[in-house]
Amino acid sequence: MFVLVEMVDTVRIPPWQFDRNLNDSIAEELNKKLANKVQVHFRYVVFHPFLDEILIGKIKGCSSEGVHVSLGFFDDILIPPESLQQPAKFDEVEQVWVWEYETEEGAHDLYMDTGEEIRFRVVDESFVDTSPTGPRSAEAAATSEEPPKKEAPYSLVGSIIEPGLGLLSWWTNS
Amino acid sequence: MARKDGNSVLLSNYEVFQLLTDLKEQRRESGKNKHSAGQQNLNTITYETLKYLSKTPCRHQSPEIVREFLTAMKSHKLTKAEKLQLLNHRPVTAVEIQLMVEETEERFTEEEQIEELLHTVMSVLPAEPEAEQKTDASGDVEMNEEGRA
Repeated sequence: MFVLVEMVDTVRIPPWQFDRNLNDSIAEELNKKLANKVQVHFRYVVFHPFLDEILIGKIKGCSSEGVHVSLGFFDDILIPPESLQQPAKFDEVEQVWVWEYETEEGAHDLYMDTGEEIRFRVVDESFVDTSPTGPRSAEAAATSEEPPKKEAPYSLVGSIIEPGLGLLSWWTNS
Repeated sequence: MARKDGNSVLLSNYEVFQLLTDLKEQRRESGKNKHSAGQQNLNTITYETLKYLSKTPCRHQSPEIVREFLTAMKSHKLTKAEKLQLLNHRPVTAVEIQLMVEETEERFTEEEQIEELLHTVMSVLPAEPEAEQKTDASGDVEMNEEGRA
């Protein structure tokens, strides 16, 4: 679920930081010019699951939108109702999604409780530009009644519709 | 800021776990208390990621184990993504294998082949110490009908 990404950036090093932990070639370069710009190559470890990857997380809660899952360090995972084990129903009172698992004796309700560990497949991802858009939109936002909706810059859509997916407790050896 | 290559390299949970563990050790040894907002964010994400990873099979892996695993996987002709998932998850049932390996019906014509792969994964990669007692020897899956604890 992690990748290593190489990046290049140009960084301004102000004069008073020139003597700090820079390697010799950079230091030499810096001594030639004032208010230097230094090109820096670096690698980021990025959380970026690939499409169809299987992950295990914890149920954060349920809403009509679906089941919200968290990995602790990453929170924006949603399993929509159509991707739950079917048939599924949303219990409004307890605010929890339920798998109406069918047996010969009839439907057996399996609850998707908060805190439960869940195995899911990554089926989609979404990147949203959350950078400020400028004065015009700020004006529009000021006149509207609703508070601006906070969108996560990166979010995942999961599915638990296949055998073996869903709560770990549904599939453990007993 | 610009990306250097088109490709990014897949990392195993073990590699990230090791990197973060080393980073934590380095920062502790340097003794500097950096309370800038940026450093706090880094501390938080490191803490949370380590917390998550330490509850997964990579906790008991090592470079030797990873190497042994990759060697053992050669004969099974799996893709990088498939091997990565097996390494990260250490599946203990055929159902899990089928989730992580594509088109097992076409590629594993005999049921024994899946069992063989499962056996290899389980023997090369160390388990959670308590989990070994829970796992049924046959690797069969039963639907657990407990609705709620």
